[in-house]
Amino acid sequence: MIKKLGKWVDDRLPISHFWNAHLAQYYVPRNFNFWYFFGSTLLAIFVIQIVTGIWLAMSYKPSAAEAFNSVEYIMRDVHWGWLIRYMHSTGASFFFIAVYLHMFRGMMYGSYKKPRELIWIFGVLILLALMAEAFMGYLLPWGQMSFWGAQVIISLFGSIPYIGPDLALWIRGDYVVSDVTLNRFFALHVIALPLVLLFLIGGHIMALHEVGSNNPDGREIKNNKDEHGKPVDGIPFHPYYTVKDLLGLGVFLFLFALVIFYWPDGGGKFLEAPNFIPADPLKTPEHIAPVWYFAPHYAILRAIPDKFLGVIAMGSAIMIFFFMPWIDRGMTKSIRYRSLAFKVILFAFVIAFISLGYLGTQPVSYWHTLFARIFTVIYFGFFVALFVVSRVEKTKPVPERLT
Amino acid sequence: MIRAFVFVIANLLGVSTVLASGGDGVPLKHVDVNFSDKAALYRGAETYLARCATCHSAKYMRYGRVATDLKLNEKQLAALLPPGAKPGSEMMGFMSEDYAKETFGVVPPDLSLIARVKGADWIYTYLTSFYADPTKRWGVNNAVFPDVGMPDVFAAEQGVLQPVYKDVKLPDGSIDKRLSHLEGPLIPGSMSPAEFDQTVKDLVSFMVYMSEPAKMQRMAYGPYVLIFILLFTVLMYFVKKEYWRDIKKVPDSD
Amino acid sequence: MADIPVNSARRRFLTGSATAVGAVGMGFVGVPFLSSFEPSAKAEAAGAPVDINIAKLVPGQMVTVAWRGQPIYVVNRTDKMIEALPSLDSQLLDPDSKQVTQQPQYADNFYRSRKKSIFVVVGICTHLGCAPTYRPEVAPKDLGPEWKGGFFCPCHGSKYDLAGRVYKSMPAPLNLLVPDYIFASEDLIRVGVAEKKA
Repeated sequence: MIKKLGKWVDDRLPISHFWNAHLAQYYVPRNFNFWYFFGSTLLAIFVIQIVTGIWLAMSYKPSAAEAFNSVEYIMRDVHWGWLIRYMHSTGASFFFIAVYLHMFRGMMYGSYKKPRELIWIFGVLILLALMAEAFMGYLLPWGQMSFWGAQVIISLFGSIPYIGPDLALWIRGDYVVSDVTLNRFFALHVIALPLVLLFLIGGHIMALHEVGSNNPDGREIKNNKDEHGKPVDGIPFHPYYTVKDLLGLGVFLFLFALVIFYWPDGGGKFLEAPNFIPADPLKTPEHIAPVWYFAPHYAILRAIPDKFLGVIAMGSAIMIFFFMPWIDRGMTKSIRYRSLAFKVILFAFVIAFISLGYLGTQPVSYWHTLFARIFTVIYFGFFVALFVVSRVEKTKPVPERLT
Repeated sequence: MIRAFVFVIANLLGVSTVLASGGDGVPLKHVDVNFSDKAALYRGAETYLARCATCHSAKYMRYGRVATDLKLNEKQLAALLPPGAKPGSEMMGFMSEDYAKETFGVVPPDLSLIARVKGADWIYTYLTSFYADPTKRWGVNNAVFPDVGMPDVFAAEQGVLQPVYKDVKLPDGSIDKRLSHLEGPLIPGSMSPAEFDQTVKDLVSFMVYMSEPAKMQRMAYGPYVLIFILLFTVLMYFVKKEYWRDIKKVPDSD
Repeated sequence: MADIPVNSARRRFLTGSATAVGAVGMGFVGVPFLSSFEPSAKAEAAGAPVDINIAKLVPGQMVTVAWRGQPIYVVNRTDKMIEALPSLDSQLLDPDSKQVTQQPQYADNFYRSRKKSIFVVVGICTHLGCAPTYRPEVAPKDLGPEWKGGFFCPCHGSKYDLAGRVYKSMPAPLNLLVPDYIFASEDLIRVGVAEKKA
């Protein structure tokens, strides 16, 4: 009976075709390691954010007068509202932890190289959309940090020559971040950007399925097929990676729950203390810092003495990722077979990124500024060095078969 | 590689949770808040309603919620309710804004979330650090929050602490009088220092509870959620291993 | 691909258990989301029981009070009003309050209240929800010589007696709803509470 119903649907929708092409007969390298979990983790987090977001939107009120109250209403009066709120706030932070680790995987294994440039480009676009989504979402609780963080970032747009002030006014919809800004950020955060993200993620995965995954050895599995046309080093995604990714999901959910139930404030990094004070346009908090996931970029911004050039630097820090497939001119994809030089510069980049992250959360001082400048140089220096190193480096031969 | 990564992240996250600095960098005294001690929280609630609620609102907190979370009986809840309030009522302040501005110069802030903003240690140190200062409106000042507009609510219980000043030489050569430390009251308070300390600790515990009543529920559910997820993960581990037996470790000419 | 025989029994068992645990987990996850639809503490506070003081309510007088957004009519019925009630039985659709949904157990008597003299009812017509008007006068012109006092709904003409019982052949199908209430004291009616707590 079920089978008949199934066949009726399948005659009218490409369900079994989809199942085979993208799951049961979709071949994937056999040697995925820890770094390959984050894609599915990100999908799970995306779903969690959408579902918890919908539920929060049932009780949240997007007006300057009521927003803060409505969040406390959710935390106290709505049954299980506290859990849904914490899932959403923790989810936002985990989204970025996973995204940065996911990107790092790409950098380690050369996943952005031909023929995967478009997957990577979609990915950077997703990162941009995600940053916008998070930025707008953070305004919604209408706390002191929400308000002043938005005020600062929007005024950065104001520093662009000629069009700046008008642009800032246009974004805000008012002369200062106000109820108008809040309401439109709500609409963008709840529906516009999630739809954009949905399409970008779709494109990202479609582009991936078109060429197939890279792997930690950087050897293309499609170059080595057996007599049935199946890659000898490939295995069907289902059941092997569905099962492995579910295991990864379990680990992720455990860490997720650990934070939600025992540490939702995240040491003041996931939910910041000043944000429990309602927004006050007349009172600036002592330290305005963006949320931790924007800290590296904020550090770069502050490191440059000129406001507009700082904005350029901060923007470039993200935009430069678009060009990775062409900055890295090497033929060898994976770090496993690349030179010591590559390993050193990548390691330096990671240290710079993390250090900039720390510095971005701290108030300005002589030493902080000095180190922020040094690490900014290292950050951008990585890309310059990569351009050179990738051409001249001595690489090890990549094995025929995957290890 | 991953271990180093985790180590660095852990240290970054260890940055302080709340805005935990007192005025002039006064070191904060530490207080442990124990949510399972419902009796202490109840005492704190009583103190809060008797001594703080007259001026401060806690508009996000409902009386009935306190009763449910602290497992109070009918009589205890009734004892907490001010006249005209129902269990579902929020703890509104009893002072009008105009009167507040006139008398104190500022409207006493709502205290619902103060513990999430300042932290337990700050509030505890603050409440126990009022001292005599005849130059101020209410004759007191506070070591943690200099020039605060709040009077010393516990002057009778703690006695009024006496300031000891020290001379500090400034870079330009002048001498500035700074607060060095606080000493015991000239006239002892109605409570012993230990009693008073416990009273304030209970009050602070209640305020921490008030800033996040959900903490009770999340601490209660936490272990079960984690165990369940662990169970699922362990099962998935065996499922994964079982299916992956199909995949040979080292590729051969198969 | 593999030359180790697949132990399909073990595979099925493990997959089955994991699926079962996963399904149970999804069930657990559903609980907070579905429960969040329940009235919040704020809604419950707004819908909390309402106290009505009837010390000043004279015989024949009706007072209206809001509870959960609904009008609650409290009528101080005179002896004449109460005596007239049984005589109307033959004209009524449900004189014995057989429809149990329309009143608590203590109100399934002929006067449909705890005390004969005090009538508490939800002032919402059981036809389409208008608020019926209180017509205590006997035999007014528009309601005819048989009228012994009651409630008249102006929207579509439904008629109820002074115990909220609907007349026959009315648009309204049911007697007016008697809410849960108690006498918190001699003069204090508490609407929204079913039993007085010991």
